[in-house]
Amino acid sequence: MKKLKQVQLDDNQKKENMINIKYFGAIAEVTNCSSENIKKSSSSLNDIIQEIYSKYDLKHIPLKFALNQKIIETTEGIDVNINDEIAVLPPFAGG
Amino acid sequence: MMKKKKNIFIEGAISPEFIAESIAKHQTKMNIGAHNIFLGQVRADEVEGKKVSAIEYTCYKAMAEEKLSEIRERAFEKYDLTCMHIYHSLGNIKAGEICFFVFVSSKRRKQVYVATEDIVNMVKTDVPIFGKEIFEDQDYQWKENTF
Repeated sequence: MKKLKQVQLDDNQKKENMINIKYFGAIAEVTNCSSENIKKSSSSLNDIIQEIYSKYDLKHIPLKFALNQKIIETTEGIDVNINDEIAVLPPFAGG
Repeated sequence: MMKKKKNIFIEGAISPEFIAESIAKHQTKMNIGAHNIFLGQVRADEVEGKKVSAIEYTCYKAMAEEKLSEIRERAFEKYDLTCMHIYHSLGNIKAGEICFFVFVSSKRRKQVYVATEDIVNMVKTDVPIFGKEIFEDQDYQWKENTF
């Protein structure tokens, strides 16, 4: 299995308003890392998701978002803070 | 019994010996009258003339463990079960090997059938496990559960 780059936020990045995003499966293949810190221009989850979409070509994958290990049904009106865990998930394939 | 954190993920295939030992461990539990077991096996699917030789499983562990404990709680609330176990493989599992093991026990037969079906479905739809189907020529495609 290919080991993908994994990063965590350090204290300086927290001050700089960065947030940690985790990627899995087919998504991690597109992003070429299993996690990264991105600069968040706003606290809206929707804006952060738009940033991810503009950075990577993910349109061909039916993806889901999880905030603190819970699937987000609608991303509208949700605010995130620095210690939240955001994950981008491709279709599930267990079993 | 319900809140206990379980070791669900197994690196590599689930061996027939492991399954046999799991059955043996229940022989001391005298209130059980019926076991039901579901085993998921990696199928050598054929896609456009190419055969799947293995599936490489990964998961979002923190969320998967949380989800599995919810499934566990829901199953105990809904069905009259004595015990239940769920195991899933991670890593490279070859076609023909076992990657998923659900073991449900109860006093009587009827509950274990429905509970097993329900638990298997919940694991497939709700648990963030990802699978890469690797073909014989090392090409691959990402697996997606269909129902």
